Amino acid sequence: MNEVSMDRREAVSKLLAARDGALVVTGLGSPTYDVHAAGDADNNYYLWGAMGGAALVGLGISQARPDKRVMVITGDGEQLMAFGALATIAVAAPVNLDIIVLDNQHFGETGMQPSHTGSGIAFDRVAAVVGFAQTAELRSLDEVDELVEGLRQPAAGPRLFVLKVRAENPPRSLPSRDAVLVKNRFRAHLGIETP
Amino acid sequence: MIDSETDSGTGRSSQIACAWPHKLHEILRAAGIRQISYVPDAGHATLIELSAADPDVRTNVLTTEEEGIAIAHGAWLGGQRSVVLMQSSGVGNCINMLSLPVQTRSPLLMLVTMRGEWAEFNPWQVPMSQATEASLRAIGLTILRADTAEDVVEVVEQAASMAFEADQQIAVLIGQRLLGKKKW
Repeated sequence: MNEVSMDRREAVSKLLAARDGALVVTGLGSPTYDVHAAGDADNNYYLWGAMGGAALVGLGISQARPDKRVMVITGDGEQLMAFGALATIAVAAPVNLDIIVLDNQHFGETGMQPSHTGSGIAFDRVAAVVGFAQTAELRSLDEVDELVEGLRQPAAGPRLFVLKVRAENPPRSLPSRDAVLVKNRFRAHLGIETP
Repeated sequence: MIDSETDSGTGRSSQIACAWPHKLHEILRAAGIRQISYVPDAGHATLIELSAADPDVRTNVLTTEEEGIAIAHGAWLGGQRSVVLMQSSGVGNCINMLSLPVQTRSPLLMLVTMRGEWAEFNPWQVPMSQATEASLRAIGLTILRADTAEDVVEVVEQAASMAFEADQQIAVLIGQRLLGKKKW
């Protein structure tokens, strides 16, 4: 296993700086804090629970809003809980859904216990096998810069990118835990009225 | 857990029994449902076929039932109404994911066909059948039940209205007696 040096916060900042209006869903734990640390926004949808749900919430949004790009930013632990979701998403074949797995190979929120991804489970390869249109594993911020450019190109189907990041917990940056508030402002961003 | 055939009975009740999935499809269309996700059940087979053939509805086949809860939530975030179809044995898979609609106070409509409660040949269906209503209630859902073809149409119609007009999380349990005995 090569040494991993990528800083998760810097990687997420690069992705979000180039989001270009994309709707962002975050998986619970560090990815939620990383996205909030890069700047709170009405079109961020933060999950604080519902482990395994992030990519599928993204699928539901992408099907409802084919005019928007949806980016799910989650962790290896969260996505491991929804292994089958990759099959469901591949079969649904949305062309406006990108999944970013911030892979530190550990369950960071619960004491850095090693996860499956440090023992040979590679989400980019799994996604490729089940039929995602584009997948890759990235190990440097330079590669993230290239990814940012690539994400601007139209997709032929769902895309998944694994960003191997350092196993560390940066200072927590906590978004609102008021789920109703976050939901209503996300929908308001899309022009949906709350009755 | 997928059924094959069910008894269709005879006479008028048989006609209603065969017609209710078609009525359900009409009701869900009229309620503005645009996404339907499912783990198949024989009791939902006709509704799944009709939905898949409907150009206005997006269908997602799931590998496990809780996926549908998350997709339904995303659909609502994006401004679309949806429904999740499953059999009672799949309800247990959903419990933690149901915190999404409960905690965000978002509409959810689940149609659950019951197994393990009426002329059930397979005892493995019974434990989750017994736990279905209790576990859904425990996580905070409102439960409605339909045991006749007439009821199921009316109950689903008003459940859709309660879910999407009043932001409720509702499971409609469709009795196994209505679905008929499975042929082995």
